[in-house]
Amino acid sequence: MGLDPDAAGPAAVKILQSPAVRIGLSISIATGLYGVSFGALSVTSGLDFWQTMALSLLLFSGGSQFAFIGVVAGGGSGVAAMSAATLLGMRNGIYGMQINALLQPRGWRRFAAAQLTIDESTATSTGQTDPAEQKRGFWTAGIGVFVLWNLFTALGALAGGALGDPKQWGLDGAAVAAFLGLLWPRLKGREPVAIAVVCALATVLAVPFVPPGVPILVAAVVAAGIGWFSHGRSDEGLEPDVDPYAEHHTHHHSGHSGEHSGGRPEDRPGENA
Amino acid sequence: MNLWMWLILSCLLAYAWKLLGYLVPASLLRNPRMSRIAGTMTIGLLASLTVVNAVASGQSLALDARLGALAAAAVALWFRAPFLVVVIAGAAAAAGLRLLGWD
Repeated sequence: MGLDPDAAGPAAVKILQSPAVRIGLSISIATGLYGVSFGALSVTSGLDFWQTMALSLLLFSGGSQFAFIGVVAGGGSGVAAMSAATLLGMRNGIYGMQINALLQPRGWRRFAAAQLTIDESTATSTGQTDPAEQKRGFWTAGIGVFVLWNLFTALGALAGGALGDPKQWGLDGAAVAAFLGLLWPRLKGREPVAIAVVCALATVLAVPFVPPGVPILVAAVVAAGIGWFSHGRSDEGLEPDVDPYAEHHTHHHSGHSGEHSGGRPEDRPGENA
Repeated sequence: MNLWMWLILSCLLAYAWKLLGYLVPASLLRNPRMSRIAGTMTIGLLASLTVVNAVASGQSLALDARLGALAAAAVALWFRAPFLVVVIAGAAAAAGLRLLGWD
C-alpha cells in the first residue's frame, strides 16, 4: 500500500496473506460496485456529472451522499439536503475517535485517515485484534473503497445520463431500495426496528405540513430524542452497510438473530483504550 | 450555482465530523450518549429517507409503483441479496409495475 512501512519491500507477498488486507479488498469491491447506483441516481436526481463526482470524492460517505441526492430528488431545498447529509455524517466522528485510538496516525496521515473514515474501513479495522492488522485493514478498505467507489460513481453517472426518462427505468424505485438496503443491516434486534418505525411514522405525518426535505429533519430530531432519553446499546445503528465479517460470523452462529451479530468485537476498542 | 454552494458546504461539514474524531480528546466523544445519538439518528434518518422516497410526492402522499419497489427490495434483503441486487430489484419492480399500468 506504500502507506504502511511494515508492508513495503519483501513483505509484499506476505501482505496478501494478511486477513485484514484480504477482507479490506473484498469489502472494497463489494462497496465500490454499488457506487454505480449512486452515480446513476445522482444524475437522474438533477445533479450534473461534476456535482456527482464532487460528492463521491469530497463528501465520501455513502449514506450522506444518498441522503443529499434523495432530498434534492424529492424537491427539497439545498439547505435541507445539506442538513440531512450532515446529520447522517455524525457517526463518522465516532468512527474517527475509534480509529484515532487504534492507529494514532500522525502528520498528514491523520488528515488522510479522516477522509477515509467511513463504515467499511472502521468495521474492517475494529474487527481485527492485532494492531498491525488493524492498521492494514483500515488503509486497505479505506483506499480500496475510495478508488472503486469513485470509479463506479463516474461509470454510473455517465450511464445514468444516457438513460432518458428515469421513471421508465424505475430509478425512483431504485432509490427506495437503496435506502432500505442501507437501513437493513442496522435493524438487528427489536429496538432499532422500533426506532425505524417511529421515525418512519413521524416522517409520513410531517410530509403534508412542511416543505419537502424537512420531514427527514423531523425524523432526525425524533431519533436524537430517543437516543438522548433512552438507554440501550451505545453502538446501536453503527454497523457497516456491507459487513466485512458477515461470512466469518455465519460460520460461528448458524442463524443471524440475536443482539450481536454485527462485525464488531465484544470489547469496543474506543471504549476501553 | 446555489446547489453547488450547499454541496460544497456538505462536503466540508462531512470532513469536519470525520476530523473531529481525530482532534478532540477521546474522553469527550467517548461519552456513550453521543455515540448512541449518532446511532439512533443514523437509523431514524435512513428510515425516514426510505419512506420519503417511497410515498412522498412533493407535499402529498402517493401510493404508486414505488411501493412495489419497497416490497421487492425487502424481499431481496430478506434473502440476503447483495446491495446491488437489491437496488436492481427495486428498479425492476417499479419499472415493471409501470409497464402494467400502475403508476
